[in-house]
Amino acid sequence: MPGDTAGLEALRPRVVGDLSGLPRDVIGMRNLNSWGLVGFMLIEGMGFGLAAASVLYLASQGAGWPPGGVLPPDHLFGLIFTLGLLASEWPNRWLARRAHDHDLRAMRWGMVLMTLFGLALIGVRAFEFMHLNVHWAANAYGSVIWLLMVLHTTHLVTDVADTAVQAGWLFRRRIEEKQYSGAVDNCAYWDFVVVTWLPLYALIYWMPRLWGPA
Amino acid sequence: MAALDLNAPQADLAQDAAALDAIWRDPPGIRGFLTTVDHKRIAARYLVTTLALLVIAGILALDMRLQLSQPGLERMGPQAYNEAFTLHGSTMLFLVSVPVMEAMAIWLVPLMLGQRNLAYPRLTAYSYWLYLGGVLMLWVPHALGITPDLGWFQYPPLSGPAYGPGHRVDIWAQMITFTEVAALAASVNVAVTILKMRPPGMTLARMPLFLWAMLVTSVMTVLALPAVMLATSLLIADRLVSTQFFSPGAGGDVLLFQHIFWFFGHPEVYIIFIPAVGFVSAIVETFTRRAVFGYTVQVLAIISVGLLAFGLWVHHMFAVGLPRLGASFYTAASMAIALPIGLQIFSWIATIASGRPRFDTPLLWVTGFIATFVIGGLSGVMTASAPLDLQLTDTYFVVAHLHYVLIGGALFPLFGALTYWFPKATGRIMSEGWGKIAFWLVFVGFNIGFFPMHLLGLMGMPRRIYTYPAEAGWGTLNLVATAGMLIASLGAAIIVANAVISLRWGRRAGVDPWGGATLEWSCASPPPPWNFAATPVVASLTPGWEPPPRAVMTGLSLENREVLVTSVGDAVPEHRQPSPGPSIWPLLTALATALLFVGSIFTPWAVVWGSIPVAAALIGWFWPRTRPEEAQAEAP
Amino acid sequence: MLWVCGAVYLLVLAFLGWAIWRSRHQTGTAPQDHHMRAGLLTWALIITAGIGTLATASFLVDRALAAARQEDALIIRITAHQWWWRITYLDPASGAWIETANELHLPLGQTARLELAASDVIHSFWVPNLSGKLDVIPGRRNVLDITPQRVGWYRGQCAEFCGLQHALMGLDVRVAPAEEFAAWLATQAAPAAEPPDTVLARGRDLFTSGPCAACHTVRGTGAAGQAGPDLTHFGARRTLAASTLTNNRGNLQGWIVNPEALKPGTLMPATELTPEDADALARYLAWLR
Repeated sequence: MPGDTAGLEALRPRVVGDLSGLPRDVIGMRNLNSWGLVGFMLIEGMGFGLAAASVLYLASQGAGWPPGGVLPPDHLFGLIFTLGLLASEWPNRWLARRAHDHDLRAMRWGMVLMTLFGLALIGVRAFEFMHLNVHWAANAYGSVIWLLMVLHTTHLVTDVADTAVQAGWLFRRRIEEKQYSGAVDNCAYWDFVVVTWLPLYALIYWMPRLWGPA
Repeated sequence: MAALDLNAPQADLAQDAAALDAIWRDPPGIRGFLTTVDHKRIAARYLVTTLALLVIAGILALDMRLQLSQPGLERMGPQAYNEAFTLHGSTMLFLVSVPVMEAMAIWLVPLMLGQRNLAYPRLTAYSYWLYLGGVLMLWVPHALGITPDLGWFQYPPLSGPAYGPGHRVDIWAQMITFTEVAALAASVNVAVTILKMRPPGMTLARMPLFLWAMLVTSVMTVLALPAVMLATSLLIADRLVSTQFFSPGAGGDVLLFQHIFWFFGHPEVYIIFIPAVGFVSAIVETFTRRAVFGYTVQVLAIISVGLLAFGLWVHHMFAVGLPRLGASFYTAASMAIALPIGLQIFSWIATIASGRPRFDTPLLWVTGFIATFVIGGLSGVMTASAPLDLQLTDTYFVVAHLHYVLIGGALFPLFGALTYWFPKATGRIMSEGWGKIAFWLVFVGFNIGFFPMHLLGLMGMPRRIYTYPAEAGWGTLNLVATAGMLIASLGAAIIVANAVISLRWGRRAGVDPWGGATLEWSCASPPPPWNFAATPVVASLTPGWEPPPRAVMTGLSLENREVLVTSVGDAVPEHRQPSPGPSIWPLLTALATALLFVGSIFTPWAVVWGSIPVAAALIGWFWPRTRPEEAQAEAP
Repeated sequence: MLWVCGAVYLLVLAFLGWAIWRSRHQTGTAPQDHHMRAGLLTWALIITAGIGTLATASFLVDRALAAARQEDALIIRITAHQWWWRITYLDPASGAWIETANELHLPLGQTARLELAASDVIHSFWVPNLSGKLDVIPGRRNVLDITPQRVGWYRGQCAEFCGLQHALMGLDVRVAPAEEFAAWLATQAAPAAEPPDTVLARGRDLFTSGPCAACHTVRGTGAAGQAGPDLTHFGARRTLAASTLTNNRGNLQGWIVNPEALKPGTLMPATELTPEDADALARYLAWLR
């Protein structure tokens, strides 16, 4: 069904410029997909922020933080995870630069390295869960601590899985241009995973120690 | 931006159109239906679904009105009534009001921008399929007799594991998850499209007010909706895996839910209202034949409403026993929102006064909007006062207030907008005569139906009761209210009939039946799959009123789907971005997501195992496919 | 506040009417943009002044309401249940707690401090003629001070949706002169008397030995159930089932035999009784004054 075009002729379109000379594929914040990523980081950032606000709200209800008889999470694995996560930024930023410069070889092995790094961190995370010293069903403190951990772990696992899949694609024979910007975006997402962890780390590991039972 | 060169060589746009048709047209038949990423087709689905639900939830409202028309009626018991108002509220807020505005944006934004599609075409498709999942999530169980019955807000502990057994609450909560993910996907899509895909020359200062409205709405959605998803997720966790978020006995707090819920709930009202403001500005502009007076004031007003909306949620909770000073702060903040909205009302009226208005049906709806919405705004100012609110809250006064705001403030402009853009979408104009009759029936019926509820609230009639004693003396006003609703329903039926009949037999519209100022009025009606043969160039706030010849740019690929990306501030062309074509993956991903959501009602393990099909579907979605022309990067 | 808002509405409507009228008749020249800008500014000032006035008024009223507290208040604990109200008075004379249900008596001109607690879900305490709402929230104790100024009977109702029978969760309120209130409280403090005749005694025995006593208390007998309302002086109440029905023997008997028919969803189960037993039980309860 052709649309009604009566009146279109009268507009007498006049070509005043040619867009065919513009670049087709760009990396970074000029790419639409990176903007979408920012949008989703905003959404998830709001989620983290509200979960963190819930922690402060529940703590302010006066039952003690942690409630009497509950120990704060053990420091060891939380510290290892945090330091490991911070250390991962070094290869991550390097990988982003290599991807930006279309260095396919470096990118391939960089992605593999980041995948392994991520898997190791997931392993440490498992020990963190075992040393939270509280069950989610024990009390609201436990529930909200687990909430923060689960939220962050979801992002961690998602990004590691994404890195692994992208790494696999890089070993195919033909590489598509958008895979370079995809790798750069993936690095930016890892930054997000790292940055959001820091306040959560403070809330999970330090707040119970500083606040204390009622 | 390239200087306008009117002597540049002229491309043959008709020939371009034939090439564009080959790459932008959907595959025929059911395959095209399931794989389309055409924003117009998806928007049409969204619209048809939301409007059908508007009718169904409206019938529920009539059912409740009949039950309340006299004291002590027994045609509905408490269970049926509680289910009715829960379904009515949940459907209207989550499945109608927000999605219908998104549908309008999905359809209009690329057209107003002279673009061929939204920024993320597959995400548009995914958004609709998930939204449909939310619709089915609520209404299929209802058909099976498992209907949520605790209101559209489902406060714990009433909705918690101890007092809300069965799956009614879970169904409601997952319906929210479905629709909110859909809304978030649509909002990111719309916001990025408006920011990064404006036509050359459409600087921020030349952006139509509707686009400003949708931009602010989309950003608000992104910031507000995570809250309701968190609230329902915590609720489900309490019910499913025995977390203690809302258990006072274990250090939890029942008000935590209300805080998170209203952090979303109040902006939600403006997420519905601000797009309507955009419709009003567009209609006022076209039908008064002048640009809206006070463009800057309008833009600033929209932005400040968007900001203020996040500071008001506590005014829904005055009765929970807050510290007095806190309540006063929220009173002042809530009243402050009257300033930007009051200025907008002024500038629309001033535009009508100084223009050459033509009172066709769309402008009639706008006039009706001003006359009713202002009542809703003023009753809002009253409920914002904490001491007064302690009497008014949870009474019929609030029922009247919220319907004046949502129907007068959002649905009236929506009806105007549907009439206004109907010719562009269908190529036919709706009957003006019947349109005006329908307007008057709805307008008069609505006011007869809802104004008495203010008085009922002042007389002490609480909300959410299925019956009341005759001694209360509320019978007469309730009867009047029911009669008004019947009149308005007749008007609504005429609107539906008018649309259906006009679709087939309406007057042909041509490209620009109303003399519109924005770019959508310079493509065919209905627009072809590629919308515009060439990219329009904009030099003013009202490009549709510039005399021909119209400046355009060519050069987007005629072999692959491509869209133009421009800079955020000044809309300078930056690059050409490939635009994905039809794909089955959005549907498959939505199905996988639905499996996860539905499964998690029954077992927490659904979240773990359900994520595997979701991941598989996403891998399929993003699988790199080398386009023939760009095999430049052969691996060594 | 109603007047201010009404006046503003008329102003807007007049402006809209003028705009339409002007454009219809095209009299004179169209208003110039600079005139409209001046108008816009004036309008902004009007709104700001209006909001300022209303917010200040609201603040002052709020403060006046808060200031009404009084230290020697009568302490009353109100516990909201699905779907009725448990009411306990702290007897100022003896220091004992006196329990009743669904009928709140208040002395005229004296401040009563209502301590609101919820036993299950969120409810909201509201007697429109006496004060604004205050939610009754599990895990919290909200306090509402009321100083009634007029003698009379008032009706209250739960104002926060609290489940199936939210609609029929009413409350009767009696504001009485101080002496009348004191007498009433003294009556309430006393346990139930010994039934004077065999029919009433039969009713009492049915009550204490049957299912009633599992949920209800009648002080002075063996019935000490806690799940439902205290019925020690039930016969003196105006209504039954939380202000759902007038309290007379017919309604009472119907209520005992089939409560579901009168208040669908109520947590009170039906009791199977022969007509004679039902009559005796109803007579006994009505006699408890």
